[in-house]
Amino acid sequence: MNALNKLLEGRISLAHGGGGKAMHDLIDQIFAARFKPDSREDQARLSHPALAEPGAQLAFTTDSFVVSPLEFPGGDIGRIAVCGTVNDLAVGGARPLWLSVGFILEEGFEVATLVRIVDSMVGTAEEAGVRIVTGDTKVVDKGKGDGVFINTAGVGVIPPGRTLLASSVRAGDVAIVNHRLGDHGAAILAARGDLALSASIESDCQPLNGLMEAVLAAAPGVRAARDATRGGLASCLNEIAQEAGVGIEIEEQLLPIHPEVRGVSEILGLDPLYLANEGTLVLFVPEEEADAALAAMKATPAGQGAAIIGCAVSEHPKRVVMQTLFGGGRIVDMLVGEQLPRIC
Amino acid sequence: MKYVTEFRDPVAARQLLAAISHTVDQIGATKDNPVRLMEICGGHTHAIFRYGLDRLTPPGLEFIHGPGCPVCVLPMRRVDECVEIAMRPEVIFTTFGDAMRVPGRRKSLLDSKSEGADVRMVYSPLDALELARCNPDREVVFFGLGFETTTPSTALTILQAASEGIGNFSLFCNHITVTPPLRLLLEDPEMKLDGFIGPGHVSMVIGTRPYEFIAREFGKPLVVAGFEPLDLLQSVLMLLRQRVEGRAEIENQYARIVPEEGNPASLAAIEQVYEPRPTFEWRGLGEIDKSGLRIREAYAAYDAERKFDVGYGSSKPHVPDTESFACGAVMTGRMKPFVCPEFGKGCTPEHPLGALMVSSEGACAAYYQYADVRPEVAE
Amino acid sequence: MCLGIPGQIVEITDSERKLATVDISGVRRVVNVACVTTNRSLDDLIGRWALIHVGFAMSLIDEAEAALTLKALHELDEVSGELETITRTEAMMRTGAETGQGPVQ
Repeated sequence: MNALNKLLEGRISLAHGGGGKAMHDLIDQIFAARFKPDSREDQARLSHPALAEPGAQLAFTTDSFVVSPLEFPGGDIGRIAVCGTVNDLAVGGARPLWLSVGFILEEGFEVATLVRIVDSMVGTAEEAGVRIVTGDTKVVDKGKGDGVFINTAGVGVIPPGRTLLASSVRAGDVAIVNHRLGDHGAAILAARGDLALSASIESDCQPLNGLMEAVLAAAPGVRAARDATRGGLASCLNEIAQEAGVGIEIEEQLLPIHPEVRGVSEILGLDPLYLANEGTLVLFVPEEEADAALAAMKATPAGQGAAIIGCAVSEHPKRVVMQTLFGGGRIVDMLVGEQLPRIC
Repeated sequence: MKYVTEFRDPVAARQLLAAISHTVDQIGATKDNPVRLMEICGGHTHAIFRYGLDRLTPPGLEFIHGPGCPVCVLPMRRVDECVEIAMRPEVIFTTFGDAMRVPGRRKSLLDSKSEGADVRMVYSPLDALELARCNPDREVVFFGLGFETTTPSTALTILQAASEGIGNFSLFCNHITVTPPLRLLLEDPEMKLDGFIGPGHVSMVIGTRPYEFIAREFGKPLVVAGFEPLDLLQSVLMLLRQRVEGRAEIENQYARIVPEEGNPASLAAIEQVYEPRPTFEWRGLGEIDKSGLRIREAYAAYDAERKFDVGYGSSKPHVPDTESFACGAVMTGRMKPFVCPEFGKGCTPEHPLGALMVSSEGACAAYYQYADVRPEVAE
Repeated sequence: MCLGIPGQIVEITDSERKLATVDISGVRRVVNVACVTTNRSLDDLIGRWALIHVGFAMSLIDEAEAALTLKALHELDEVSGELETITRTEAMMRTGAETGQGPVQ
């Protein structure tokens, strides 16, 4: 017990990645104690009845996570690392099953913070109904990391008959989002502290697989969905317009945006359309199923703020145009570089 | 948002647009012979495109985009000088986000950051001063940029540093003033302008009197305008009505923010810390007499030009910009951005040749981002 | 040039350095209020709206002037209502001239 306390109160050293006793203690007492793997083999051995169904497809994705600060209102890097990968699977129509996790820890990182992050991952995985089944740890010299970087990969199953593809979006399809835009980006900007802004806004960081299942049950005709992470809604709509060869038209007055997100955006001269989200998706559904999809979304915890925001059109192919409040149109382009706060 | 939302009301906007259309017709202006109004301020350019106002106003009205984006008029060599200061190991170089991507002759601040310079984005010069307080063993330099709106903030920051005796803070001063380039434009026989939309936030500092020469000497109207869409449309209508009534006066649409006499405390702070430079270079416009400010001798300790021997006071030779593209013509409204042979081809927001493509207030970036005039790139 | 946004001064945070907290759509930030304190005690600023630029309150918002501007905008409703009638009548007269019929009364 004393050894465990000592570990919990300490900091990561290079020995924790060295392959010796320190590393095994870290794995046993921090990771295995929480992720509870089935065995201690070098690989997870997995089976699931859904995989045996004829026509089922395996979905596989990976994502790496770097965020500063590591903990912020509404989440932390661990919660994002689970949600990000779960959501990448879910928006393709897959039912996420298993995740791997790789930690790159910086020498000197507080073990107590690591524990909070791991606990958060376990809690988020439970919430999403997935298991973290295998993992890895490396330690880098102080100054060569930012506390912790996390990579997760995820495996899921796409049930037979589901084909969600951005390229199948057609003119006339309705665009729906499940949540307000830009909460995560604004929360991070405020939490970072260097802009000295204080706000109560929280990240939208949440798993979306439950919501996707509910929507697909109510509106099986859903053409495509994307989670609007980095680059915000604007980038995601541009990707879909490009791949489907359609135009997309959104209406400014329909976009759900929290007043504080507007506040942060006005102060820094940013556009909420480009702010990152971590639990917000946009999906396209044929018009006749739009009401069913919207209602199904609203019935899930992640879809309380769902709203129709526009539609795909045959005009201006591959371009996204926003009708402003006065009916003026403007092109909503892909984000160039990083969105920088401006004063002038 | 109070004082914002009510000035974005679409119903009132439609009424204003109807009145603008009617007045343009009254004047008899057409697409080929339009009323040409220059919005001086880059913030106005941004708002016009953000709200699609250029598409809602009648073809007989043309917006000419003026030189009021401080990032866009910054000469490349000033960026080079920033990079030179920023690359010094003892320096924490702080800047508004706008200036990060502006290309110098060799690189931008963002490039120098990736090469190891400690470049940090701040929201306020006060935040740069705070960094100086927290890092007594480092030299914190703030990139002072902007017109009279921003000048009081850096003046007060220097005064604060002086009162606390913070010795590791300095300012790289690139402050400019708005009226000298306007005189230059008005004296240019090729410039055909029917009036000016005046910069609202500059005017809250300097007031409306410094513009009087525009009406008196050149017979052109100017309306100081706010930044919300209704402010802009109302100002346009005020300018058009002056034209109909045969007047050329300085009017103030933005009276809720802009007092006629400006802000005495701000003006006093500027006067205390800064003095006019004999001349300052503007990108696309060249050297303009008494158009820039420098730090007075009394505050020399806070002057990065003196501290690091760069810029106008420097012992190093001064090389003016050589421009191979049409930034100057665009900046003075003589050329529309999309007419430039580099627009959207060699010069894009990802790989800007000129600063007008970098700043989201630059006319080129605004056209590229918001308006439907982008050349199709072959696929 | 010069991004500015209205914010409400809610608290004086450091009277010596003339710093106050402003609220902008629920987001708070400490700003310098030196430019708006001429002939005014700091406490008088609480509740007032100011134009905020790069961490400084640059100008107090004149509520009466704001109301006047809005009033002018709304009076335009009536004027432009008339304008629309005039324009429509003119259009009808033109149509009338082309078709040889008089304007509909």
